[in-house]
Amino acid sequence: MKHQYQHVAWAGMILLALLSGCSSKPVPHTRGVYMLMDTSGTYANELEKAQRIINYTLGKLNPGDSFAVARVDTGSFSEKDIIEKMTFDDRPSMANQQKRQFREKIDDFVKHVKSSSYTDITGGILQGIEFLNEKNPGKKTILIFSDLKEELKKGYKRDIPLQLNGFEVVALNVTKLRTDNINPREYMDRVEQWRKRVKAGGGDWRVINDLERMEGIL
Amino acid sequence: MSFTEVIMIVPGFPTISILLWFVILSVVLYLARIPAHRALFTASNILHHGLRMAANSVRMAEKNVVERNKEVLLSAGREATERMIEREFERIGDAVHTDLAAYPALQREVSEGITRIEEDYKESSEVPPSPPGWAKAVETVAKIPSSGDSMVANILGEINKSLNKAQSKVLSEYRQSCKQRHKLLGGMLPHWRKLLHVMSNMDKNISGLLDRSKAIDRHMDEHEQIIKGTDRAAQMLASSSMTQFFIATFVLAIAIGGSTINFHLIARPMQEMVGGSSYLLGFKTANVAAMVIIFVEMAMGLFLMESLRITRLFPVISALDDKKRIYMVWITFAMLFALASIEASLAYMRDILSQDDAALIASLVSQKGEAGVVLGNRWITTAAQMGMGFILPFALTFVAIPLESFVHSLRTVLGILVAGLLKITSFILRLIGNLFKHTGTALVQVYDLLIFAPLWIEKTARTREKKHRKNDVFQTGSHGTEASLVGGES
Repeated sequence: MKHQYQHVAWAGMILLALLSGCSSKPVPHTRGVYMLMDTSGTYANELEKAQRIINYTLGKLNPGDSFAVARVDTGSFSEKDIIEKMTFDDRPSMANQQKRQFREKIDDFVKHVKSSSYTDITGGILQGIEFLNEKNPGKKTILIFSDLKEELKKGYKRDIPLQLNGFEVVALNVTKLRTDNINPREYMDRVEQWRKRVKAGGGDWRVINDLERMEGIL
Repeated sequence: MSFTEVIMIVPGFPTISILLWFVILSVVLYLARIPAHRALFTASNILHHGLRMAANSVRMAEKNVVERNKEVLLSAGREATERMIEREFERIGDAVHTDLAAYPALQREVSEGITRIEEDYKESSEVPPSPPGWAKAVETVAKIPSSGDSMVANILGEINKSLNKAQSKVLSEYRQSCKQRHKLLGGMLPHWRKLLHVMSNMDKNISGLLDRSKAIDRHMDEHEQIIKGTDRAAQMLASSSMTQFFIATFVLAIAIGGSTINFHLIARPMQEMVGGSSYLLGFKTANVAAMVIIFVEMAMGLFLMESLRITRLFPVISALDDKKRIYMVWITFAMLFALASIEASLAYMRDILSQDDAALIASLVSQKGEAGVVLGNRWITTAAQMGMGFILPFALTFVAIPLESFVHSLRTVLGILVAGLLKITSFILRLIGNLFKHTGTALVQVYDLLIFAPLWIEKTARTREKKHRKNDVFQTGSHGTEASLVGGES
């Protein structure tokens, strides 16, 4: 009888341990990627490279992951600037279908894109933060395909601190402007300013200019 | 005040201070010499005896483990030999049932054959008909001298002719009879052959039975040795158990490899069923589901092997009556078949998904539409994957056999390991105990070395004292002798 109670006690303890293990908040294993595409000025000509990056990202994402591509224009803090957003289905076959649709949508956008006069990168990042926080994936990445030169229209307020805790911000194909060639410090300062801003927001910052080695993006 | 200042007895003269300290310490240590020696000896003895006791306990435990190992080995060996003897008896029973059950028919066949041969022999042994009775009379008449009579000559000539005729007739009949006899003897040949065949078959069966009985004798000898619990039997069983363990481990490693391939075959298509992004206790649900399927297959395989009485891991299944056991065989087989079919379809799904992935990646890389390239020999990989998906569950069924060997031999191997560990522990404890004992003696020597000066003084003083005593005794002795001599003279 005593032994039976001992067994029951042991079983209870094991069950409790298991329950306590199960009741802890589950960590999502999905990944969320928000990509900003600069369509201002001459940078619109670089969009073919952006397409390559998008295709690479599509190939790397798994079922359950979220992906959104948005353009950077005069005012980017808007859902209207999101070209396509998708959370891939749990089933791999469906996810593949969605990836095909996604690619078609991007191809179509690139064909008919018109360049914008201003570059609101901050607005785009804020929109990206909102999107990814809503999706709540395990890993959040914001890709910025831009020369990082922000040009805001008069009246637009963008001196807002970025809340980038748990975010990874990757600047891609940060091209040098004509003025950068005259004074390289401008380029360095620009990149450094963004790095500081992202770090201040609690995020991680990386710059990838060599698009031949895209495996480092994700 | 620093430590250096404290120990400096004569300030400014460190050497003198050290010397003074040495003298003080020597004196103090000399005074405390006997209790210090006792303390050192006691401490070393306590440690020595304590460790010795621990070593003895460990050795006792090792002895118990070795005995338990022997018991386990002998029990396992007894069970194994009993199984083998049982199996041999079953075989003999089968042989007797199948071969010797037909023995009456065989005997009848043999006796019929013998009767036929006997009859044929009798028939073949019959003599040809004897020449007619008047032949002797003719022979007598033929001996009558002719004396030149032509009539007698004619009669004799006729008789001669008749005799010749009768002889040729008899010869012809004799030849005919011989021919008939040879024919009968020739007809006996197949009967002989048949009889020989039947007899050789019987001989083979009987030889088989004799071989089996020899095997039983051998197993019985082993069984007897095991029952007696001889060391030789235990050693043989231990070595056999170790061999079994290594072989079983090797085969299980192969089975794990097979399971891994099986897992990769079904893990990805499982995502289509349970989703690719859900997790269970930190593992992908699809992977967990794939593993569960493989484990269920293995369990079914175990039950199948158990129901077929190939393995004996679950006594409950072995104890089932034959009807229920056969039901269980069919049920487990049906489940295995169903699972194998599911795996085959999942493998097919995997192939489709791989093709889809490849097409998508190709289109993403080329940034063009999907070319829809279809490889002509693609069906080979599809068929191979499906075949593997179907065969692997059945192949994994046989894991039950090495698993049983592994489980049984593991007990022995673990026992041997534990006994070895205990032996080493006992040795180390004894070694440390002896080290403590000798360390105690060494420390006493070191202690005496530190107080060499007072000891030297003591020794010198004692030697002097001894010398004085000797002198005193000598002097007292010489005085006494002189006195006695004087007394004697007076």
